[in-house]
Amino acid sequence: MRRLLPLLAVLAFASIPLWLKDPYLLNACVTTGIFIIAAMSLNLLLGYTGQLSLGHVAFFGIGAYVSALTSLGFDIELFGGIRVVHEPWPVWIGFVLAVIIAGICGYLVGKLSFRVRGAYFVIVTISFAEVVRLVALNWVELTQGPLALTSIPPFTLGLPGLGYLDLYGKAANFYLVLAIGVVCYVIISRLTRSRVGRAMVALKENESLAVSVGIDVTRYLILAAVTSAAIAGAAGSLYAHYLRIIDPDVFMFLYTVTMVIMVITGGKGTLAGPIVGGLIFGFIPVVARSFASPESQWILYGALMILIVFVLPQGIVPAIERWFGVVDENEGRAKLEPAK
Amino acid sequence: MTISTPAGLAAPKPRVPALSVEHIAVHFGGLVAISDLNFDVNEGEVLSLIGPNGAGKTTAFNIITGFLKPTKGTVRYRGTSLNGLKPHEITGLGLVRTFQRTSVFQTISVFQNVMTGLHRRGRSSLWDTLLALPQERQSEKELRDTAHEILKLVGVEHRAADIAGSLSYGDQRLLGVALALAANPTMLLLDEPVSGMNASETAAFMRVLTKLRGMGVTILLVEHDMPMVMGISDRIVVMNYGRLIADGPPAAIQGNPEVIQAYLGVGAKKRARD
Repeated sequence: MRRLLPLLAVLAFASIPLWLKDPYLLNACVTTGIFIIAAMSLNLLLGYTGQLSLGHVAFFGIGAYVSALTSLGFDIELFGGIRVVHEPWPVWIGFVLAVIIAGICGYLVGKLSFRVRGAYFVIVTISFAEVVRLVALNWVELTQGPLALTSIPPFTLGLPGLGYLDLYGKAANFYLVLAIGVVCYVIISRLTRSRVGRAMVALKENESLAVSVGIDVTRYLILAAVTSAAIAGAAGSLYAHYLRIIDPDVFMFLYTVTMVIMVITGGKGTLAGPIVGGLIFGFIPVVARSFASPESQWILYGALMILIVFVLPQGIVPAIERWFGVVDENEGRAKLEPAK
Repeated sequence: MTISTPAGLAAPKPRVPALSVEHIAVHFGGLVAISDLNFDVNEGEVLSLIGPNGAGKTTAFNIITGFLKPTKGTVRYRGTSLNGLKPHEITGLGLVRTFQRTSVFQTISVFQNVMTGLHRRGRSSLWDTLLALPQERQSEKELRDTAHEILKLVGVEHRAADIAGSLSYGDQRLLGVALALAANPTMLLLDEPVSGMNASETAAFMRVLTKLRGMGVTILLVEHDMPMVMGISDRIVVMNYGRLIADGPPAAIQGNPEVIQAYLGVGAKKRARD
C-alpha cells in the first residue's frame, strides 16, 4: 500500500490534463506543481536536518535567472572594460546550469552559515536572498532590472533528426513539471530513507549524539543544502520557461513563506507532506476566488493555516499516518506527539 | 566488599596502554578545570574515573572525545594523537562515548536509533543510494541484521518498533549504550551510565557491561555509584580539584585516606585512621 500510493498519486496527477480543459485551472495546476517542487526541496533542509532556511526563494530565483539568461543570451561589460557576450543556448542547457549554479550557491551558503545554527542560520539565509534580489534589481545591464526578462523561450522537446516540439501549451508544461517533480521526489525519497537520511535526522534530533556515533555533521548539512538548493533551482528554471517572463519579484519573501507554509502544514520531515500542503495552499486562492472577495480570500487562507497548525501541530500527513496506525519499518510506529 | 573477577578474565592481561592521557590541563579563562591529568587505560581493562562533583571528570571525558580542546597536553589512542581531531574522527578510531543523562534520538524508533548509530559501518556510496544499486540494498540488509543483534545484546529488542522517547529511563540508558556499540567501539567511555537508575535497572546495566568486557571492549567509566564501581572495575583513578589523587585496584582505593578525605572531608579521614 505504501509503495502503491505514490504510483496511484502520479497516475491521478497525470490524468488531470485529460479531463481538465479550463486553461485558468490548468495554469494553477502548473504553478502549484512548480511550488510543490520548491517546497519539497525546502523540506529536505527544514524537515530532515531541522534547519529553517527563510531565504530559500533565492535558489529558486537564481535557477530562474540562470536558466533564462542562458537561453536568452546577454552582452555585458564588466569592470575594466571586459565585455562578456553570451549567445543563446538551448533551454535544456539552461535547466542543467540552473541546477548546477543553484547547487553551488547552496554549497556556499551552507559553508558560510552552517557554522551558525538556529536563529543565526535563518538570518544568514534571509540576508542572502535579499542580496540576490538587490543584484537582480540593480544589475540592469544583465537582468533588465524591474523591466523584467521577457520572451524567454519555452522548453523544447525532441530528438535531433526527428524535429523539435516547443512546450508552449499548458498541458505539455504540466507533464514536464510532473516528470521533474517525480524525479525530485525519487531523489529525496532515496536520500532520506538511506544512511544519508538517517544522518540528517540525527543532526536534527541531537547533534552531539550524532557526532559521538561518528557522523560528520558538516558534510551532511552541506549535502542537504546543495541538494535542496539544486532542486529549488530546477523549480526556478521550470518557472522561468513556463511564465516566459521573470522580474526581481521572483525573490519575494512571500514565496519563501508560501513554501514554509506548505511544508509545515503538510508535515515536515515526511515525503508526502509538502505535496499535500502544496495542493491545499496552492489551490485555496483558486477555489476561494469563485465565491469570496479578494480581501476575504486571504483571511480564509490565514484562518485555514492557523487552524491546521493548531489542530495538527505536526502536519496533515503524520496525523493521517497516526490515524491509520501506519507502521513503517524505517520509521517505527506512527510518531508521538512532540515532547513539550 | 569483595572484588568479583568475571570468568575468562582471571588470567592476568598484558598491560598494553590503549588510551594515554598525557599531562592534560584545561583552563576556562582563569578557572583551572583540570590542572594536570595523567593516566593510562590498558587494553581490555575496565577503568573507573571517580571523584567528587566538580572534580573535572566530565571535562576529562570531553577532552578525550574531542568535544573540548585541552589547554596543554596530549591524548593518544593506540599510539595516535587525538590532538586537533574532530569528535566524529575520534569515533572513527573506535573511541566511542555516551553522555550523562539520556542520550538517544527521542522521536524516532528504537530500531532507527541503532540504524543511525551504525552510520560508520555503512558501505554504500551516495551514488549507490541515489540509483538504488544492489550494494545499497545489501549494505542496508547487513545494517538491519547488525541492529537487531545489538538490540538483543543490550536487551531492548522487544521495544524495537517503539519511539525511543517512550522507553523507561533505564531502557533509554541501555539504548544509549546500544547506540555507542553501533559505532563499533574498541573502547567505550561511559559518563555516569547508571545515575538515576533503580536497583534492578542498575543490575541489568551491570550485566550488559560484563558482557561487553567479555567481548574485549576497553571501558572507561565515570560513575558515582560506588558498589557498581567497586564491583566492576579492574582499576580506579580518583580525581579531585582537577588533578589525580589516587590510582589503584578497588581495594586499595577504598582504604586510601586521601580519597576518603576528598569525599567526606578531613574529619572522616581522622576517623578512618583511628
